[in-house]
Amino acid sequence: MKPPVIECDRLSVDLGGVRVLDGVTLSVGDGDFLGLVGPNGGGKTTLLRVILGLERFSAGRVMVFGGQPGSSPGRIGYVPQRLFFDREFPISVRDLVLMGRLSKKKLFQHYNRLDREVVDEAIHQAGVERLVERRIGDLSGGELQRALIARALAGEPELLLLDEPTASIDPQMKTTIYDLIERLKERLTIVLVTHDTALISRYVTKIATLNVTLELHEPDVTADRESLGVAATQKPVSLNS
Amino acid sequence: MLQEIFAFEFMRNALLAALLSSVACGIIGTYVVVKKIGFISGGIAHTAFGGIGVGYYLGINPLLGVIPFSLAAALAIGLLSKKAKVAEDTAIGTFWAVGMAVGVICIGLKPGYAPDLFSYLFGNILTVPSFDLWMIMLLDLVIIVVVWLLSKEFLAISFDEEYAAVSGLKTTALYLLMLCLIALTVVVMVRVVGIVMVIALLTIPAAIARMLSRSLPGMMIRAVVLSAFFSICGLWLSCLLDIASGATIILVAGFFFLLAHAWRFVRTLPAASPGLS
Repeated sequence: MKPPVIECDRLSVDLGGVRVLDGVTLSVGDGDFLGLVGPNGGGKTTLLRVILGLERFSAGRVMVFGGQPGSSPGRIGYVPQRLFFDREFPISVRDLVLMGRLSKKKLFQHYNRLDREVVDEAIHQAGVERLVERRIGDLSGGELQRALIARALAGEPELLLLDEPTASIDPQMKTTIYDLIERLKERLTIVLVTHDTALISRYVTKIATLNVTLELHEPDVTADRESLGVAATQKPVSLNS
Repeated sequence: MLQEIFAFEFMRNALLAALLSSVACGIIGTYVVVKKIGFISGGIAHTAFGGIGVGYYLGINPLLGVIPFSLAAALAIGLLSKKAKVAEDTAIGTFWAVGMAVGVICIGLKPGYAPDLFSYLFGNILTVPSFDLWMIMLLDLVIIVVVWLLSKEFLAISFDEEYAAVSGLKTTALYLLMLCLIALTVVVMVRVVGIVMVIALLTIPAAIARMLSRSLPGMMIRAVVLSAFFSICGLWLSCLLDIASGATIILVAGFFFLLAHAWRFVRTLPAASPGLS
């Protein structure tokens, strides 16, 4: 059996004197699809940032691919919740996706034909072919989200971290993004932060609620949405399928 | 008319200085604009005045004093704002004023009148010595090589610093290197528009270029061309009207900046179509 992809042991994080995560113990195995739900400010994004090596933790232990967080950038794809960028930044979707190859390249190395082939494939998977020449400032929220997923895929990751990929997207676009994620779960380990508890329970293999402390559920236990303590924001969907 | 002007060596030097400085200005100005670090650049430029003072006091070419001074300013401002918990604008403001103060004191300590000091503050492209031209060319070369080698890294930290960090880049080191390139560009620009007006020529051509570009390299090329155009226009006008060259260059650039924005405003007026790029 393969070692866990992510292992958190009694992880605690303090940000500006406030305990944001407290004693979080979590293990994500190879091929798992973990849905991470919980209220705003519950520490979901912070947990992802710790896994990425962007945030320090004050207590506990975190291992990612058996090493320190941040030590295996080439194996992780990250789709941030919001991209704080200048809408006038002169960059096309193709160049944005090309940025996903960064973790595979050495300093001073320029992108080559292989990189461009991988990027084309990622663009195809994310279904953004017709947008490649567009300036990213001209994309809609859903288009940008797909472009960001393509960027993450271009790094050929083994682990994909998605932070609320469907926030601020219209319902129809949501479904297509979840369809895309469902296809990806065949070959990737995925951690998905979301508010759409109803939608994801069909896809995930594990579900956890995070509100400073973490509670792990089996997906079928999540049928009772109220027990998750998350306000149902979606139209009712039969969960006991 | 043009032929008469270029019969003079100082005019040929001035033209060469305008063209050469535009290269650094357009390339580095592009990063200054997309990364929104114009104020930092202004801080580095003004701190560099201390270097001019020190160079003047020691009796060496003031530009040689500016290089270490502006590089030190770039590193100090960058490190202070990134690592020590000092607000960026506080760090910039402090260096800005302290650098100027060092310059003023050094110049005061040197006996006698400093006639060409004015030209370092406000530029005088008509008095660029050949040595300075060679130095500008060398700095251009350094800037081009570094930017070419690190184009993907600089693009990443300009566009999305967090993703650059996640991808394993040493973002702070790259940022400091970028600030050092800005410092070198300041050195290049001192002769043309002077310390006080460097920011304008660093940002205006790039800002207009951004409106027309879809990629960073495209923006750089347009910014270089625009910068050269503004410099030569300003140079020509200043000769024609017998007014200060540096200031004229800035006014030309400022005029086209307003013109570009007015043009964009008018263009987006009639029920802007979404396909507008």
